[in-house]
This record gives sequence, C-alpha cells and structure tokens, in this order.
Amino acid sequence: MAARANDVWKVYGSGEAQVVALRGVNAEFERARFTAIMGPSGSGKSTLMHCLAGLDSVTRGTIHIGDTAVTGLGDAGLTKLRRDKVGFIFQQFNLLPTLTALENILLPLSIAGRKPDKEWLDVVIETVGLRDRLGHRPAQLSGGQQQRVACARALASRPEVIFADEPTGNLDSRAGAEVLGFLRRSVAEYQQTIVMVTHDPVAASYAGRVIFLADGQIVSELIEPTPDTVLDTMKKLDGLTEAGL
Amino acid sequence: MLRATLKSLLARKVRLVLSGLAVVLGVMFVSGAFVLTDTLGRSFDTVFSDAYAGTDVGVSAKPKIDVSEMEGMEVAATFPASALEKVREVPGVASATGLAMADGARVIGSNGKVLTSVGPPQLGSNWAGETGQLELREGRGPTADTEVAVNAGVAKAAKLAVGDRVGVLTLQPKRDFTVVGIFGYSGDRDSLGGAQEVAFTEPVAQELMLGQPGVFSELSVKAADGVAPAELRDDIAAALGDGYVVKTGEQLSDDAAAGLKEGLAFFNNILLGFAGVALFVGIFLILNTFSIIVAQRTRELALLRAMGAGRRQVIGSVLVEAVAIGLVASVLGLGAGIGVGALLAYVFGQTAGGLQLAGLGVPPAAVISSFAVGLIVTVIAAVLPAMRAARIPPIAAMQDVATPDRPLTKISVAGAVVTAVGGTLMALGLSGNTGDNTLLTILGGVLLSFVGVALLTPLISRPVVGLLGRLFSWSVPGKLGRLNSGRNPRRTAITAAALMVGIALVTGVTVILDSAKSSISALAEDTIQAELVISGAQTGARPPSFDPAVLDQAAELPGVAMVAGLYGDRAVVGGKQGWITATSSVPALREIYRASPTAGSIDSLGPNQLLVDSGTAKDRGLSVGDTVPVQLSRGDARTYTVTGIYAESQLFGGFVVPASAAADFAVPQPTQAYLKLAPGASVDQVMPQVETLLADSPEVSVADRADFIEQQTSQLDGLLTMIQILLALAIVIAVLGIVNTLALSVLERTRELGLLRAIGLRRGQTMRMITVEAVVISVFGALLGVAVGTGLGAAVVRALREDGITDLVVPWGQMGVFLGLAAVVGVVAAVLPAIRAARLNVLGAIAHE
Repeated sequence: MAARANDVWKVYGSGEAQVVALRGVNAEFERARFTAIMGPSGSGKSTLMHCLAGLDSVTRGTIHIGDTAVTGLGDAGLTKLRRDKVGFIFQQFNLLPTLTALENILLPLSIAGRKPDKEWLDVVIETVGLRDRLGHRPAQLSGGQQQRVACARALASRPEVIFADEPTGNLDSRAGAEVLGFLRRSVAEYQQTIVMVTHDPVAASYAGRVIFLADGQIVSELIEPTPDTVLDTMKKLDGLTEAGL
Repeated sequence: MLRATLKSLLARKVRLVLSGLAVVLGVMFVSGAFVLTDTLGRSFDTVFSDAYAGTDVGVSAKPKIDVSEMEGMEVAATFPASALEKVREVPGVASATGLAMADGARVIGSNGKVLTSVGPPQLGSNWAGETGQLELREGRGPTADTEVAVNAGVAKAAKLAVGDRVGVLTLQPKRDFTVVGIFGYSGDRDSLGGAQEVAFTEPVAQELMLGQPGVFSELSVKAADGVAPAELRDDIAAALGDGYVVKTGEQLSDDAAAGLKEGLAFFNNILLGFAGVALFVGIFLILNTFSIIVAQRTRELALLRAMGAGRRQVIGSVLVEAVAIGLVASVLGLGAGIGVGALLAYVFGQTAGGLQLAGLGVPPAAVISSFAVGLIVTVIAAVLPAMRAARIPPIAAMQDVATPDRPLTKISVAGAVVTAVGGTLMALGLSGNTGDNTLLTILGGVLLSFVGVALLTPLISRPVVGLLGRLFSWSVPGKLGRLNSGRNPRRTAITAAALMVGIALVTGVTVILDSAKSSISALAEDTIQAELVISGAQTGARPPSFDPAVLDQAAELPGVAMVAGLYGDRAVVGGKQGWITATSSVPALREIYRASPTAGSIDSLGPNQLLVDSGTAKDRGLSVGDTVPVQLSRGDARTYTVTGIYAESQLFGGFVVPASAAADFAVPQPTQAYLKLAPGASVDQVMPQVETLLADSPEVSVADRADFIEQQTSQLDGLLTMIQILLALAIVIAVLGIVNTLALSVLERTRELGLLRAIGLRRGQTMRMITVEAVVISVFGALLGVAVGTGLGAAVVRALREDGITDLVVPWGQMGVFLGLAAVVGVVAAVLPAIRAARLNVLGAIAHE
C-alpha cells in the first residue's frame, strides 16, 4: 500500500463558522496504480489530497504514506517525508523561472543533497521527450512542455507517491493528453504510484481507478473508467447532491 | 539549492544594487577612514624621520605640564647651556647642537595678517646651519639679531624675498626682522609637512621662543662613526643625570608621529560616525527589501518547501542571498572607500600646507573591517525576513494563501518596551550617573529608542497615513495612492522609519545647538558688562594673543572706564590639572562678569595670591587662607594663597591669578580684553581708537558686545553645519529606501496596475498614483523624524538645564523645511517607479502572475 487514510476528519474554524471538509474518509491507494479523485467544487477532494500529502493537518484519523504515519509528524518529519517519499505536480506548473528545465528537474534531488541516478534520469527525460529542451528556461517553453518538466521533476526522485493537483487544468486538450499519457506510462512501465485530483472526466479516464467525493465523503468508485462512465457517475452525484443528499 | 538561490539573485540585479547601496556607502566610510589614517600616518612618519634625519640622539627636558594634543599646546621645558658642554664631552659624540625651538613664531604676511596654520606647527628656532636635509636656497643664515631666515613655504605664503622686512609675533609682541635667507629641504621640498619655520640667531631665539637667555629646549647629537645611537643615548643619559629625556633619533621621530596619529584618530572617528549612521539606516532598507522579496517569492519558497526543503534550508537560501549582496556591497564599498580615503588625504595634505603624501595605503584592517561590516550588517538585516520565509507553509504552493495581516499587537508591545528601555538608558546617561560610560549609554539609548519607535511605527502609520493621505485624495489616482500607502503598514512603516532616523538626528541636534546658542547668548547679554571686547578667532592649538601694552593704552583712552585683560592656560593646581586665568585688573574683571564674593575678598590680588570659584573650591575642599602649590607651564612650582572665593557662574570659572603670573603661561600675552566705557561715551567713538592700538597685533580685533557674542556662538553654527552634512547622508540613504520600496511594490502589483490601466486609468494618472504613495510615505517619515528629534533634543536640553542651557529653542522654520523637502523627496523617489508603472504593457500585466 502506497498511501492510506483511516477515518479522516478535517474541520476548519469553530462554532458558527465551522466547516467540515472531510467526514470520516477511508481510502487506500495501492502501489503502482493511478488513482483519480473527483468530485464537485467544495466536495473536499483538494483537502483530502493536501492531508494525504502531509501539507495540511487532519482533525481526526490517521494517514500513512508507505509505512510512515504522517499524522503526528512534526515539521522536520514532514519535511523529510516530502523530500523522500512524495512528489508534486501542480496546476500552475510552479517551475522556478530562473532555472533551466534540467535544473528544475534536479531541484528536489539537490534540495535533499542526493546524487541523481543517471540511468533513471535518462529514462525520465526520454519519456517526457524533453531531451532537446533541457537548457531552456520555463519562459521559453510552452505550457505542455512546462508541465512535462514538472512531471519529470516529480518522477526524478522516484517518490513513494506523486500527488497531482489538476495537472491539466491550465493546458489545452492536446497538451493535457500528452501529460496524462505520460503519467499513465510512468505507472504502467515504471510502477510509479500517482494520486490525481481533477474535475475533468477525460483526465480521470486515464486513471485506473476513480474515487468520487461529495460533502467530504467517498460516495462512489470506478475501476478502469472511461470518460462516459465517469461522466455518468458525476451526473448521478450531481443529481444526488441537488436532491439534498 | 545554492545554485537556485544564486540564480534567482542574479535575475534581480536592480534589486541587488538598490538594497546594497546603503551598505556600499557605509562600508565606503569604514574603509575610507582606515585608508585615510594609514596614508596620513605613513606620510607623517616620513616627515618626522626626515626632520630627525640629522639626529642620532636627541636630548630634551621633561615638560612642566603634560598637555594632550586635544587640550592645547604643550610647552617644552628648557635646560641650561651647560648641558650642551657636558654632552660634548661624552665619548662617542661627534658633534652636538643646541636648539632653542618652540611652536608659536607667527609671521605677518604682506597683507598685514598673520599666516595661519591648521595643524602643522609654526616653529621658531636658532639657525643651526645646513644640518640634516635642510638646504639654503637663497642668501645665508642670520648672523645679526635683526636678521632671520625662513623656509620657502613661509616665503611663498607671506610673499617674502631676501632683503624684505618681516614682522614676527613670538612670546613677545611684534618685532621686525630682515629676511637674509630662504631655505628648503632636499627633494625640492619647501617645508617638512607644511611646518612654518623662522630661524633667528641663538640669543634671539632663546629670548623670543623660550623666554629666557642661555637655555635650550633640545640638543641634537651626532654619533661618531661606529657608535650605536642606542649606546650613545644611554651614555649621555648617564652623563646628564635626572630631569632629562634622552632618546635616539628614531625614537623621537616615532614619538612625534605617534602624537600626531592620535590627532588623526579624531578624523577616523568622524568617518566611522558617518559609517555608523549609514549602516544603521541601511539595516532598515535591507530589512524592508528582503521582507518584500520574501513576500513576492512566497509561492517559490512554498514550492521548495513542498519539495522537501527544510526550514533551515529556506532560511539558508535567504541568508545566502544576503551574504552575496553583502559581499558585492563590501567590494564596491571598499573600492569607493579607497577613493574617498585618497581624496580626503589629498585635501588634508593641501590644507595642511603641502604635506607630501607617502603613497596610498590600504591596510589589512581596511579590507577586513569592510568585509566584516558589510557582511554582518546585511545578514543581520536579513535574519527577520529569512525567519518569516521559513514560516511559509508548503501548501502555499498550491493555493493563494491569503497571508492574513498579522495583528500589530505583538510588534507594538515590543516597540513600546524597546522605546521605554531606550528612553530609560538615555535618561540615565543624561542624568550623568553612569560615570565613564555616559556617552555610550546615551548613544545606546538613542539607538534603542529609534528601533523602538520604528517598531511602533506600523501602529502609528494607520491613522497618520490616513490623515496625510486625505490631503491628496481629491482625485481618483490620489485616493488610490493613499490607500496603497496604507495597505501594508509594516512596509510603509519601515520605509518611513529609515527617513525618520536621519531627520530625527538632524532635528535633535539642531534643537540642542540652537537652544545652547540662545541660552549662552542670553546669559552673555545679561552678564557681560563690557561694551567692547578684544579677541581673535582661534585656528590651531594656540589661542590668538596681543601686545599687553595695549591694555594700558586702552585704559587711558578717553571714554574707557575699565579694562580687564585676560590670559589663560592650563596649570597643575594642588596636583590636579585645571584652567587658570590671569587678569590685568581684578576689579575690572569682577565688574565685567558681575562676580560676587562668597568668601574672602575678590577686589584685588597680590603676588602669589589666587581666587577660585565656589564650585571648584568645594570640589577641592579649598577655603580662604589655604595654600596650594601651583605649577605653571614654565618655571618652578610656587605656593599660592587663596584670598577670595567668587560665586560660580556659567560664563566664568576656574582659578584667577594676577597678570604677573602670566609670564610663565604657555602664551604669556593677553588673549582677550573687556573694555567698559565711561557713562556717556559712545562705542562708535572708542572703537576706531582701539583698532589703532591693535595695529601691531593682527591676530585680534575689537568688536562690540553683540558682535562678540555672535562670534562666540557662531562656532556652534559651524558644528551644526558639519553634523547636518553628516546626517544628510542618512537621509539620502532613506530616499533610496523609498525608491526601493516603491519599485518593488510596483513590481508586486503588476497585475493590479494592468487591470487599472485596462479599465481606463491614464498613464499620467498611474504616475500620479505612485507619486502620491511616495509623498505620503516620505512626509510621514519626516513628520515622525521631526517629532522624535524634537523629543530627543528637548530631553537633552532639559538634562543640561543645570549646565546653563535654559532656553528650549524649537526650530519651527527648519522643521517646515524638512516636511517640504520630504514632499519633494517623495516626488523624486517616485519618478523611476512611476515611469515603470506607466510603461506597463496592459495585456502582459494582466497575464502576469
């Protein structure tokens, strides 16, 4: 198991202003699988991911990444966890504008003070297809290329889990497809574990499994989804939500 | 990680330059001080080793009173000519020359005025021939008592040629001589280090320079071949016995140079003062720059954290940036400092009458202190922002975490505490209960108060900036500018605080000096009962003096009722050094200063009798009838009897002895005289007659009471101007700070500016918006500065009340000027950022993240 949430509650604020973002979420993310988390706005999908990644604390319940209990770790422990076990891909790419593509890819390793594994690096660069762009700065790359650099950055340190937050949200459909295809290959060929938050059914269909959140609870799950099955489930959920459930 | 930091730094070069500039200036003054001192120091070494080139061993006598360089002139002791005979008989002595030499031979130039000297001595001595490096250029040495030789420096300055008549002032009033020779030094030098030299015949030099026939002040001994100077020195010392100071030429030259270098430390301190102020203000600037940078890089730093960078790594990355800026600034500052040091050394050499510079020196201390100061200051300023950077949560990489405005409570409480501590320290220092550390305590108090007020500034800034802003709110851009300046109180506050420091210091010093001036003037107006005063402006260690005969002649002028001539010197009375005054007329002095007796009589003084003020009497436990030993600058110690004690006053104090004692003063001539006119006599009538009497005393002039008081207090004006120039630098740095803050704010608000432009804000309006923001910040800073400065000044004035500063003068006019200037400064500081904001590409700006 790459990541696990046990009865996770997340409550923001208190008293009148209290908002319950997660209500007793139980979820497991197997190794070498590509899981998508879907749900309408405010369903708690981003919160769940932030909690899983140790970026946000949980109010109750436990989170594990690999064998590490995330809940209860201090800042130093969380830092080490992020450094060694977790990779991120952001909607805004979040590349450092002053570094070249290659330097951006190597940044997590250099933060950790580790030497890159040459062979693996070659594989990653080959897979994302950026060999001739390594010396370019982010400003000289297209959106899709930037996001591929970000993917390579997440993969380079072979983390236990990669969390992707709307990775195609800022891309057109072609560039998005490239990035998603690449993510799927990294799962299939290199046994990477990926957890992706998205609200795009097409994006979700690249995953091997989709879990649906509504009102802070897991309400449904799909294995080997297609865009159509995802869309249907979404519609059903919207119907349920509108019906007041 | 390191590479990421450095690359991001290089990508922001402008920011680097702006924030580093303050450090550059500070470091410049630090290294400049060291370079100047080193260069001048080595130049003096050369001068003195040349001056003692012909001397293997020198003999002198212990001075009667040790006077430090800053306090006045030391009078060399004399010894009888028999010592010269004794030395000549010591085996190993090739030749020995007796010198009757002293400072204080003032040549009257062709324009009738005395040649002045700022620093180098005005030496009068006997002609000892072409010894050492001295070379006759024209004519010959003096052989008759009416002849002199002068060095080429004097000849040029006074426009003298061989055969000319020249007046010279010495221990005695003006005496005329014929110039028979002009000499210089090897290497085509007109003088050694700018010293003015007049050579008389031996008896004349003894009479005029030492005040006694048949004595010398120094012996210059040449060793026979093969005799080591150190051995010869010991032999001579043994032969002469106690009371003599015997040194090798090398020792003499080192000692003389060491004395002057002490004086140089004064320049050093002034420059280091400049540096301190620049760096203190610079800390504010750097702190602000880094805070803004950290705020702007929130996302980037959060990303690093999300990728596993620890807090320490984030702190490290900000500090590495600080170190890089500090390094660059130190290098530039060191370079600029070498330039400033060289320039000042040149200027000094010129004003000191042509000191030949020994080549520019950059001592290791200059380099080390430059880098230490530059690095430490930058890193200290970056620590707080770095810690703030480390607190950015990694989640900020994914969402726009609205960094909530942290409440100002904590910072305000801290500010209040620091201000209170600073105020207390200042109060302690000013109350004078801290002994030797008074100055340090006061300085520390002022510094802490500044930091405290700076911490309080965010709290004050809200209402005050809001209020100030209303002045400019008549237009939409003005309103936007006002709101912008109030939107980040911390940033506005620090920027304004930097300006506050400079303006507060200037205002404070002005309050103190204006109050002092006004108080002294008022006191002098009230106290001094003389219509006319004879005095001169002092340029060096030696006070200007005049012929004592003038006193008697003036007393006999029609319309003059009383004349009190004053002679002043330092003397050791009862084992302690203090100021002593001799007067030609005790009753006149009493009348003119309205002195009243508290014990005994202060109507007259006989030989070996003295008066003392009540404060000093109390300190020393003296009462009427007591006897005290008095050692004057010349002659032997004598016992004086206290015959009267007069009430202490702010204007006049110390021991008073009869004029007859002044013969043993360092300057045995009167330095001041007060003339009280008879009832009905007019100042306009008497003054020209006194002027006529002073024809042969060109160092002094006569002035009416108002002019005299003005002359005395105008010395404070010079001091004030100097301090204002020093502090103007702090203000310039603060202006850089405003430019910096605005530039970074504009950058930060690129998107917002684009939006405003997109919905129709014109270029001119954009510029006006930025300008209003700048003006509000700078006027706020000036307002704070004026307020804090007045407070500081008033506190000091209050503490000095006992010392006679009773008036509190608040320079309203100047404060108005500061506020006006601040507005102008704001406009100037806004120019570049405003242009930048106006030039924004609207589309690009909106897409900007």
